[in-house]
Amino acid sequence: MIGLPFVYTIAGCVFGAWAVLTVIDRTQPRRWTSAAFWGLLALSFLAGDRLGDLGNGVLVLALVIIGGTGWLGRADPPTTSDAERAVSAARLGNKLLLPALIVPAVALIGTLAAPVLGFIEVKQVTLVCLAAGAVVAVIVTAIWLLPPPLAPLQEGRRLVSQIGWAIILPQMLASLGAVFALAGVGGIVGGVVGGLIPDGARFAAVLAFTLGMAGFTMVMGNAFAAFPVMMAAVGLPVLVFAQGGNPAIVAAIGMLAGFCGTLMTPMAANFNIVPAALLELDDRNGVIKAQVATALPLLAINTLLIWGLAFR
Amino acid sequence: MCPLLGLAVLIAGFALRINPLLVVVAAALASGIGAGLSPVAVVAALGKAFNSARYVSVPWIILPIIGLLERAGLRERARTIVGDMAAATTGRLLLVYLVFRQLTSAVGLTAIAGHAQTVRPLLAPMAEAAAERADPAITRAGRQRVRAMAAATDNVGMFFGEDIFLAVASILLIKGFLESQGIIVSPLQLSVWAIPTAVAALVIHGTRVLRLDRKA
Repeated sequence: MIGLPFVYTIAGCVFGAWAVLTVIDRTQPRRWTSAAFWGLLALSFLAGDRLGDLGNGVLVLALVIIGGTGWLGRADPPTTSDAERAVSAARLGNKLLLPALIVPAVALIGTLAAPVLGFIEVKQVTLVCLAAGAVVAVIVTAIWLLPPPLAPLQEGRRLVSQIGWAIILPQMLASLGAVFALAGVGGIVGGVVGGLIPDGARFAAVLAFTLGMAGFTMVMGNAFAAFPVMMAAVGLPVLVFAQGGNPAIVAAIGMLAGFCGTLMTPMAANFNIVPAALLELDDRNGVIKAQVATALPLLAINTLLIWGLAFR
Repeated sequence: MCPLLGLAVLIAGFALRINPLLVVVAAALASGIGAGLSPVAVVAALGKAFNSARYVSVPWIILPIIGLLERAGLRERARTIVGDMAAATTGRLLLVYLVFRQLTSAVGLTAIAGHAQTVRPLLAPMAEAAAERADPAITRAGRQRVRAMAAATDNVGMFFGEDIFLAVASILLIKGFLESQGIIVSPLQLSVWAIPTAVAALVIHGTRVLRLDRKA
């Protein structure tokens, strides 16, 4: 069965190659610490299961120290100039868009075919197809365009170092969520929100639920972490059992109220902080600022939808 | 109440604009120690969670192919395509992408687009080229707003499309949670209730992206 080990091996090799290329690049600022950063990530992907919990914890601390203190430098490997790119774009035309479609095409075919093929773990089909698609796309493009052999890895290194420390932030935040769960943060927050609701006030209860979903999602960076907490504290006991609300409506739209929170928080790093780095925005919170005016009205509408639909 | 120390550290750290990686570790330590764990136990818990969350960082392996195509002029080509279409304004482009992203997510194809796959190499250069054509004197801040809106459009489209799909993680989470409380619902019963919000998201965000054209 092809599953996560296959995916992690590919990812580990890519990060490992970036580490090696960083070490041998004499123009790389903060060369050794930068190489250590990519090397530690490679180690995590290739051998994380053999390091033990504390070993992984030390690895995390090392990554955070390098990434958090400016010891991770931006790479500038040799590449094509703007003029060369313009000429190449004119020569290749729209065919240049085709390799970009290989990854989604493999994802689509793989998702449909995995149950039939039987050798791909169905639960991991998205990641397996992503990894396979990325490899296939690089091979096809390299055969077609004949770039220097190291170009795919060097161009990947340029992009990844542009994103910099933010690259591990999504994974770090997911880990923080697990530590919060261990410390019992969710139960306490749920209790506080639950205690704020006056008895029998239906609209106030709906509002506490949707605001709680959005607010706790903003803190956790993930509506999935907020959902069980708010459902257990307010959604089920107050809205469903005491007020007779439809559980499917309360739960489904409550989750979407949480998504409104995701649009407004730096904690949802892969949606809000990483793109700011990818698009070279001066303001790290530029994407969030672009989203607030969509998220707030949508949160109000979700509140009204639950209030208007769930209690018929 | 001591585990809440972590939340306080988190909010204060972000407000003070300290590097988020340092804030996350500090918050984890504050929360764990507040709950009575030893610092070593917190580090181990963080390491264990980091190791089991590795799948979060897997999508970065798409960067070599994106970089390779950018090297060959993908972004320049995306700009040219927009240059050839007089009707392609920034707002209309983003609206078309929003609809595309919502529809494809609604049938489960969330992975076919994204910030690294489509926004950076295609959507953002296209939207920026259209904005430049509408206003040749566009400022640096104006360009950055257009790019930020391109990323925002990808997020809004995916978030408020994916829950219409039956087998998406959030629907399965809801179903599993309700089941554990003795309430049986089918995924279809849940996903139909994602449709009103999806329409509202299209109207609200669609109006906002179209207004980009009026300002220009």
